[in-house]
Amino acid sequence: MPEPLIEARQVEKFYDQPSDNRIQVIAPLDLAIYPQEILTLLGPSGSGKSTLLRILTGLSEASAGQVLWHGSPINGPCENVSIVFQSFALFPWLTVLENVEAPLKARGVSPEGRFARSLRMLDSVGLDGFENAYPKELSGGMKQRVGFARALVVEPEVLFMDEPFSALDVLTAENLRSELLELWEDKKMPTRAVFIVTHNIEEAVLLGDRIVVLGKNPGRIRTDFHVDLPRPRDRKHPRFNKIVDYIYQVLTKPDGDPALTLSGPAATAVATKYPMLPHARTGGIAGFLEILADHNGRQDVYRMADLLSFEIDDLLPIVEAAALLGFVKLSEGDVEITPEGLEFSNAPILRQKELFRNAALEHVALLKQIKRALESKSDHTLPDDFFHDILDEHFTEEETVRQLETAINWGRYAELFDHDAERKRFFIPEEAAGVPQDVEVGTET
Amino acid sequence: MTASAASTGLSRSLIRDRSWNFFMDAIVFAALFATGYAVVAVARYWFSAPVAAVHISLSPAALPRYAFYSLVRMIVAYLLSLVFAIGYGYFAAYHQRLEAPMLALLDILQSIPVLSFLPGVMLAMVSLFPSRQLGVEFGSILLIFTGQVWNMAFSFYASLKALPRELMEASRVYRFGRIQRFLQLELPQGAIGLVWNSMVSVAGGWFFLMACEMFVLGKRDFRLPGLGSYLQSAASAGDSTAISWGIAAMIGVVVLIDQLVWRPAIAWSDKFKLEQVESSSAHSSPVLNLLRKSPLLGRLRAGVTTPLMERLYSSSARHAPEAKTELSNWQKAFVVLAGILALLLILLGVFQGLLVLKAITRADVVITLESAGATFLRVVAALVIASAWTIPAGVAIGFNPRLARIAQPLAQIAASVPATALFPVLLLGLISLGGGLNTGSILLMLLGTQWYILFNVIAGAIAIPSEFREVADIFRFSRLDRWRTVILPAIFPYLVTGLVTASGGAWNASIVAEYFHFKGQVLSTFGLGAEISSATDAGNFAVLLLSTIVMATLVVSVNRLVWRPLYRRAETRYRLEA
Repeated sequence: MPEPLIEARQVEKFYDQPSDNRIQVIAPLDLAIYPQEILTLLGPSGSGKSTLLRILTGLSEASAGQVLWHGSPINGPCENVSIVFQSFALFPWLTVLENVEAPLKARGVSPEGRFARSLRMLDSVGLDGFENAYPKELSGGMKQRVGFARALVVEPEVLFMDEPFSALDVLTAENLRSELLELWEDKKMPTRAVFIVTHNIEEAVLLGDRIVVLGKNPGRIRTDFHVDLPRPRDRKHPRFNKIVDYIYQVLTKPDGDPALTLSGPAATAVATKYPMLPHARTGGIAGFLEILADHNGRQDVYRMADLLSFEIDDLLPIVEAAALLGFVKLSEGDVEITPEGLEFSNAPILRQKELFRNAALEHVALLKQIKRALESKSDHTLPDDFFHDILDEHFTEEETVRQLETAINWGRYAELFDHDAERKRFFIPEEAAGVPQDVEVGTET
Repeated sequence: MTASAASTGLSRSLIRDRSWNFFMDAIVFAALFATGYAVVAVARYWFSAPVAAVHISLSPAALPRYAFYSLVRMIVAYLLSLVFAIGYGYFAAYHQRLEAPMLALLDILQSIPVLSFLPGVMLAMVSLFPSRQLGVEFGSILLIFTGQVWNMAFSFYASLKALPRELMEASRVYRFGRIQRFLQLELPQGAIGLVWNSMVSVAGGWFFLMACEMFVLGKRDFRLPGLGSYLQSAASAGDSTAISWGIAAMIGVVVLIDQLVWRPAIAWSDKFKLEQVESSSAHSSPVLNLLRKSPLLGRLRAGVTTPLMERLYSSSARHAPEAKTELSNWQKAFVVLAGILALLLILLGVFQGLLVLKAITRADVVITLESAGATFLRVVAALVIASAWTIPAGVAIGFNPRLARIAQPLAQIAASVPATALFPVLLLGLISLGGGLNTGSILLMLLGTQWYILFNVIAGAIAIPSEFREVADIFRFSRLDRWRTVILPAIFPYLVTGLVTASGGAWNASIVAEYFHFKGQVLSTFGLGAEISSATDAGNFAVLLLSTIVMATLVVSVNRLVWRPLYRRAETRYRLEA
């Protein structure tokens, strides 16, 4: 095994809380990036993949553990890495050329050298002729090419990419992916390794020499394996599908389970966590169940994703929510509707709400907790802060807010309780509510 | 920029690239030359022996010189404000521990009535430079500075805080040095906010300049040559020709600055918009286009600025980029020491202030509080009257693009003519009508503050999606329903913004509106502003300090208790989300 370029040893990320509790974002994990490989890091949202990327580049500090750059610990951003950002992160007030020149300027390269190197780079990503355009005049794909050029012009040893294609439309993304692979295969890139964060499974399998899948809550490695398919890879190849299917299995296995392994280290065991609501809208769950029922009630998760042209980030919360409510069962990457789920999908709207309410009270701890707390008060109302403080112990601030938003959405749909956004209070409405309220009331603040 | 004022008869239709480039060069060259001369002239005047009460000539021929002096004060004060605002904003944004206290300080400083510092600042400055005109000049500049710097500082701070995370990360991962980060990331990000706030600030600056060019402090009569003192003297003398000339000169200066400075600045700052897609509405400025074409400026850039910047960049690249360093022990000790020192100074100030306040009698307190009540009622009345006409007018203008094209520039000019310049004229009118200052001062407050509300209402009305109005049409909303369910909620956030600024402005205006030297006598009415002004006149520092504190407290508490909750409500409930 060659020596790793960057190596993370037992790095973890957590936020200390005033009480003994700490919010663990990434559990201690080891990960090394070796020369001559494209490593794709895959994971659902909330698995800390972007955080991990920032720790590996030295942009953000690990709470514990070490990051080694050629064997010695780093302090501040790594010396010779680049990042391609999801949002491109181009300076809108600089021209394309000035954007690419900026990192060279920072390194004190002379004006002539800067100009020549930048032009050469722009040339190789197919942007000659666009030097004097401003980023806002370019399409998304063009912008990301500028992002590539800026990243490559400093000849980084490791090129990091943070979901580089997910802000682009499907065709453009496909086009850029193949051009990236071309540059890599033809050794036109002055780069020894590429590290790509993505939430698109196909993309991971198309690009990666090695795939690392993260689980969430807290983020940890669930599998780490090499892809032995020759390039260019064919989506229809049975082996390709097998790998995609395998990743879906890993991702849909309940979080507490020990990791499935093809190879590589097993995940660290984690203590049980406060149950987390998947961020799915009730309308999404209902729609999903109806489609599933139409397909004989059993389907591959990834077929479903294909069918709906959903990214896993969009689909997984819905599947998880349906499973949490007992409307579907998951096994081996398949999702199967339960009798309750089938009844739900066929019921008229009022009956649906009733079924949802029963399922929620039976399975969803947070909703139960909110309802019970409200009932114990004589005026049936409690401020947001009360629940906020309870959740705060277990989740980051951002996640706490999202948990409450989802709880409000579900609670309203189930008519368990209501929420007054202005006074910031939860309450149980008076009995008078005979007619069901409309469901999708925005509560974002 | 001062001397190119003379050469604005350029008509756009005549522009031919070749020949006009030469003209532009000539103009730029003349401007540079004139600026050089101006600096010398100002320096000679500033360092001359002090003349407290300059004789103000009412001849129109003296106006260019007065306008020039006023302008120089504005420019110096503005440049000071710009540098300070950037420094303050930068510091507050990047020093976590200082952020909260610095913001609170900003909030309070913004609400303190600047004009009540006039006597203190003037006396300090005069005693600092007893033998030079510089002292009085600096006093007025400092006052304008304190009147305009805070919102600029806040704007720069807010834009730094709004920097997209990924842009920050890009600048770190590509190892930008401090200078490069400032020039390529932070300053561009803040540019738009700074330009817009500069416009507002300078308009406010004129307001204070007019007031502090001529004032009485105890037995001393301070008078600086300038447009403000010209107008006041003219009004005092009842010379209506001189008044018209003065106002014309004032409007001329305001319009010229608008065309020669702000329009080009706004058009230029368009490129700093943090948008990823090109928007259709871009600002344009013929002056900026001409400047861009000037070969002389181009050569200047290639020959001087660019090499200079290269030197800067390469020297900043040579320094090792930020590796995290802990503060050494003695640095920490230094910080702690500085903190203690600052605290001691504050305590000393409070103690001294209390000593001054010892002279206050119970009767003083009662009068101050009663007068505060009177002024409070006037401020409320001014806001109500202003809202009563600006809301319908603003909505009408906002709904009608053709009307907006005509009305907006006119209103902008009207708004940027400082109310203090018009006070003497209005007073003449009031007196001839037989009205007193009691209600007259409300009118004067109105003059300075109604524009803030009008502009915000127009902006709000323009932002109402046309679908909303179509819904109102289809369902045949009555006029009342239309206002209640569509228009008022939609303009609410804008209205609140306008009212906050207007109420702050009204308080400040009360100092000049309730008490006036006119034709050798004092016109005044009962109120906190009059209290402050008369204490200034009498040199009664105890009452001055007390009433200043009362006013600042009132403004801050109204902000906290009324405007902030309304603002929050506007942000959460009445925000139009895309």
